[in-house]
Amino acid sequence: MNHVLRDDLRIIQQWVKPSSQVLDLGCGEGQLLSYLQANKQVNGYGLEINPDKITACIRNGVNVLEQNLDDGLSNFADDSMDTVIMTQALQVVRRPDELLEEMLRIGKEAIVTFPNFGFWKTRFYLLLKGRMPMSETLPYNWYDTPNIHMCTFRDFEILCHEKNIRILNKTVMDDNHQEHWSIRLWPAMLGEIAVYHVTRK
Amino acid sequence: MPEVIPVDSVGLVTPKTQHFSEPLTLRSGRVLNEYDLVYETYGKLNESRSNAILICHALSGDHHAAGYHSMDDKKPGWWDTCIGPGKAIDTNRFFVVSLNNLGGCSGSTGPTSINPETGKVYGPDFPIVAVRDWVQSQARLADVLGIECWAAVVGGSLGGMQVLRWSIQYPERLKHAVVIASAPKLSAQNIAFNEVARQAIAKDPDFHDGWYTEKETIPKAGLMQARMLGHLTYLSDDAMRQKFGRELREGKLNYSFAPEFQVESYLHYQGEKFSTRFDANTYMLMTKALDYFDPAADYNNDLQACLSQAQCRFLVVSFTTDWRFAPARSEEIVNALVHAKKDVAYACIESESGHDAFLMPIPRYLDIFSAYMDGVATRCQVKGERS
Repeated sequence: MNHVLRDDLRIIQQWVKPSSQVLDLGCGEGQLLSYLQANKQVNGYGLEINPDKITACIRNGVNVLEQNLDDGLSNFADDSMDTVIMTQALQVVRRPDELLEEMLRIGKEAIVTFPNFGFWKTRFYLLLKGRMPMSETLPYNWYDTPNIHMCTFRDFEILCHEKNIRILNKTVMDDNHQEHWSIRLWPAMLGEIAVYHVTRK
Repeated sequence: MPEVIPVDSVGLVTPKTQHFSEPLTLRSGRVLNEYDLVYETYGKLNESRSNAILICHALSGDHHAAGYHSMDDKKPGWWDTCIGPGKAIDTNRFFVVSLNNLGGCSGSTGPTSINPETGKVYGPDFPIVAVRDWVQSQARLADVLGIECWAAVVGGSLGGMQVLRWSIQYPERLKHAVVIASAPKLSAQNIAFNEVARQAIAKDPDFHDGWYTEKETIPKAGLMQARMLGHLTYLSDDAMRQKFGRELREGKLNYSFAPEFQVESYLHYQGEKFSTRFDANTYMLMTKALDYFDPAADYNNDLQACLSQAQCRFLVVSFTTDWRFAPARSEEIVNALVHAKKDVAYACIESESGHDAFLMPIPRYLDIFSAYMDGVATRCQVKGERS
């Protein structure tokens, strides 16, 4: 497979140490793991439930395991991974708070990305239209959305604080997964997607 | 009977027999001084001998995995859905070896063979063989065929157990292990089913403690019962409901104890068919090999420590309605492999076919299997594209 990475994955890969153990929750077609295996000699596993994506992972030579995140991660041992990654899945799981704790039980570090519900367009959508916000990042109706636990950057940081989780790095991107200087001025308002690199305190 | 051989079939095949005169010491301590293994091959072994695939058969399987023996055959080999040109195990690229295991009744030395020491049929005197004995004999066949390292060893059910055994017994002799609808050991429930089947055979008055050949009888009723029970455990409740429901053979109740429901006549048919082709002592022996299989027992019952010996990559596949070897059993294998930091991919395939699903042409199953075998070809530098 070609190793041109999606921009959010390019940011994430910088935070993964060479030759480390990685677990990718909701690994899609295995682009990130495939890249990390080829370029950083990482030994990784990915969890996925979409049948076509699982086949794609196998085709890409990725260690994919069919496992639903909502069924828990109790089959993974404490401290068995260096980094546990979850991109764009925090908002779709049944209990994001418990999953975040599980990620840091299994991994020394965790990297999560999620859409920011505090993005200015989302705020204005609700304010002006009085309806649940929809956008390119959030293209669903309120009744059929898989995004059942939307949060803002601030919500996430409060959760980290309550759970004694230390934020090592964070960055924000627009909906094209670009980091732009203007976003840094007011990330909670201008950032559409958040990327957090966290560890236990 | 095929009018013409389908293009995706390996075509007409002829089994070969290999004689071994080097004694084989079995797990039980008993020794087989000499023995035959009957096998078939499909495709061509390449020059670097890097494209060989071993197929391990399940309880009632044999060496005839693909193609036809003659134009009069009603059905192709037992795994023809997965082996052939352009299929998951693509014979345009791979050299496939499939054998009948020791103790079998399809040509390899087993209870129906003549014991060279007595000049009589072995019968119940044939030693109980274990999965590791099969694997050892398979490795000897590989030696004869000039295969130092298999590109993959593949098997479903009891075949999957042989694959697991290969990965720890000869770790340097296989690059990939494909373990389908299998388990790291039998559960008490599995063993119980096997025991009921064995008792059905043993209690048949025609069994004569296994010496039925000398008495010129066959314990047909016992074998039939054993197969009916076994067959039940291969199907799912859903599959049976869909296939038979409560349909009656004659459309009405007859108030008799003769088979009235379609499901009853189906079971009778399966049992009848099996009892005429399979040997009762072989059935007893194969179920024992299943019961005894527990590779982790040699490692303090630690499956992770056991599978740490392996050096190959793994594909593990299970099926949602398989209750004989449920997905949770495959997941035990997967978890142990992850803990041992081995390369493994795992898929649980949605299917209504129960344990039998591993023999069925289920699109998602075939897709995953094909994708994995493509990777096997790439990693083993096997040339040729899937046709």
